Amino acid sequence: MKRQIIISLVGLAILGIAPLCGVSDYITGVLTMICFYAVFAMSWDLLFGYAGEVNFGPSFLIGLGAYGAGMADSIYGWPVPLCIAAGTLAALVGGLVLAVPALRLRGPYFGLITLVAVLLLQDAIVVFAGTTGGEIGLSVPDVLSVSATVNFYYAFGLMALAGVVIFTVANSPFGLILQAGGQDPVEAQALGFNIVKHKIVAFMLSALFSGLAGAMLVFYLGTASVSAMVDIAVGIQVIIAAVLGGRRTIIGPVLGAAFLIGAGEILRPLGQLSGFVVAAFALGVILVFPNGLLGLLQNRRRA
Amino acid sequence: MSRSLAVHGLTKRFGGLVAVNNVSFDVHAGEILGLIGPNGSGKSTVMKLIMGIERPNAGSVTLGDRELAGRPSYEIARAGIGIVFQHSRPLHRQTVLQNILLGLLPDKLLALRPSRAAEDRARAIAARVGLSHVLDRLPSTLPFADLRRMELAKAIARDPQVVLVDEPFAGLTAGEVKDVSDLICGFRDEGRAVLLVDHNVKSVAAMVDRVMALYLGETIAAGTAEEVMRDETVRRVYLGGGITTHERPASVFAQTAPVLEVQNLSVFYGKAQALENVNLIVHPGEFVSVVGLNGAGKTTLFNAISGLVPYQGSIAWVGHKRTGQSAAQIARGGIVHCPETRELFGDMSVADNIELGGLHLPKTERAERRDWLYDLFPILKSRAGQISRTLSGGEQQMLAIGRALMMKPKLLILDEPTLGLAPVILGLLSEALKRLREQTDITILLGEQNITFALPHADRVYVLEHARMIWEGTPTCFAAEMADGFL
Repeated sequence: MKRQIIISLVGLAILGIAPLCGVSDYITGVLTMICFYAVFAMSWDLLFGYAGEVNFGPSFLIGLGAYGAGMADSIYGWPVPLCIAAGTLAALVGGLVLAVPALRLRGPYFGLITLVAVLLLQDAIVVFAGTTGGEIGLSVPDVLSVSATVNFYYAFGLMALAGVVIFTVANSPFGLILQAGGQDPVEAQALGFNIVKHKIVAFMLSALFSGLAGAMLVFYLGTASVSAMVDIAVGIQVIIAAVLGGRRTIIGPVLGAAFLIGAGEILRPLGQLSGFVVAAFALGVILVFPNGLLGLLQNRRRA
Repeated sequence: MSRSLAVHGLTKRFGGLVAVNNVSFDVHAGEILGLIGPNGSGKSTVMKLIMGIERPNAGSVTLGDRELAGRPSYEIARAGIGIVFQHSRPLHRQTVLQNILLGLLPDKLLALRPSRAAEDRARAIAARVGLSHVLDRLPSTLPFADLRRMELAKAIARDPQVVLVDEPFAGLTAGEVKDVSDLICGFRDEGRAVLLVDHNVKSVAAMVDRVMALYLGETIAAGTAEEVMRDETVRRVYLGGGITTHERPASVFAQTAPVLEVQNLSVFYGKAQALENVNLIVHPGEFVSVVGLNGAGKTTLFNAISGLVPYQGSIAWVGHKRTGQSAAQIARGGIVHCPETRELFGDMSVADNIELGGLHLPKTERAERRDWLYDLFPILKSRAGQISRTLSGGEQQMLAIGRALMMKPKLLILDEPTLGLAPVILGLLSEALKRLREQTDITILLGEQNITFALPHADRVYVLEHARMIWEGTPTCFAAEMADGFL
């Protein structure tokens, strides 16, 4: 555990000074996207890795954050920080409305409900195209910053904050109870824990960071769009990043996000084929090393 | 005398099956009450109802003056009831200490670090159950008995006034049984009320203050261990009214080559050894009963024969040693297994279940076979259109056997067909087995804890106890030598 933290801090420090060492704005842009996806993947891992609940709708939370913030800006013209707060709040409220009934159900229903929620949100955005921009997307007049480096530090700061909070929570007694509830709900309840309550709070924490990152992403990209923030495919990317990096590690999903975004960029010359190659590789890793990239590194060290 | 647990009029129905019917008892502080009953008698359900894992249909569970029936488990746990599960899944990535600590954590969201006091208490509890030397190890590296100790530790972590213990001795060696029973007696001496569930009186007689016996969800006897052991009803439930035997002479089978030959079979579930060097031979057309109490290893033996669990040792079928066939291939080879849990397709009708069993047969043969089956179990014919989930327990069992027979087995394995069934149904099943033995050439391997059911048709009997075959012989010898030791 200690070694994991030290290595993470070193990795974080290297990433943190990279934009100051004269890398191109293009590279800085890729690193920024990695930071955003890392936040999505870490948030997802808290729920899947610890509570054992598969949330197929990370993009429901991301989308609520993005469109909440985007609409606050394009319709009301609020200042950017206020818009981001509004987007985050939208994700929290939407998450609560979804989680309270869904997490009470046993079996695979939670996953199915989150899946349906994504489709509903996607349809709502298209139906109310007048205010949401529909399939074309919603352009926002404001941006986080015009400097790629400053934008990177916003995303980097968010990732560091989310990482520290989620990692701490996951390794606290709260995380222990969450794991117990995920593995043997009957026994966890017989030990006196209201596991539904714990799961709802974990989901809300996941919603908080997903929504916040989604909201900030809008002001980084300058637009909120279904294809970049709400589509099922976005959620699948997040899930692949988390599982690829190593479930139940919080740090692993950051690696997974870096790989997924990085490889996507490097293979861009392949055109349509790049997505296929990345997905095929991810599938291979998950089949051969179910514990993900981080699990692979840990095993090597132990052996 | 501090608060005690009072259960009154507790009733639980699962569909048409009454699992627990109007059960009442008290457990006082500083006392151990043994709750015994054969498999399917409802004793585990009573425990789940008290703990809030299942909701009772009627009745009350009070601790002191607090009504707990129907409350969620976590509230019941906090009110002062702890449970030791027979099977548990510990947190595998956490150490033993952290696993025990889990039981001590407050149900709060904002505790980011366990308190110093909680950690000290976890160490104290670990010392109390004898786990001090393995605190920093992962559960997967512990021997089975230590995992049981860890479960005991978790259950008392919250300092409950009442401890429910579910079959704590299953899978333990004699020495470990002594350690665990000392610990449980220790709970009593600390002033806790202990409800100890087990399948027979013998195993708990030395520790309990009082015993209550359940059968088919109802209380049939209560009192001291001696009184319950002497009780007529209890004797009848465990031993049956009288044992009849009709074995065919051994010479009938002596000349034939065994159809099934099991040698040195061992099976492990993780660390628990479920079978130890078991040998078993079945001749063609023979009726062999394997008797043993709940947890002795009967189901594991049958699962190994059907290829459902990995094993060490050898299994030969019609003279050929088995080499890695799948369970489906084994079944097509003629070994048809009718499991304890019946495994019916609950949402399909009776006729559909039977049809599925005979799907590989040509159409005309299937129809013939079905008519023969309806003749064997006439009640299935009258229920043909009914959804099988809604059948009574006895009808479900007949359907399970019927579906297995549709597969034209060479060897039919029946695992505990009497589970939870009323005596009148047992008579019908027994009659059917008699016809199978006399009118067909099907070889039958029957696993039972109910001796009266297992013996009448058997040609040979094996006794399985604590994962080992301890006896083999004819039913007549069994009645003379073994029956009394079985209660």
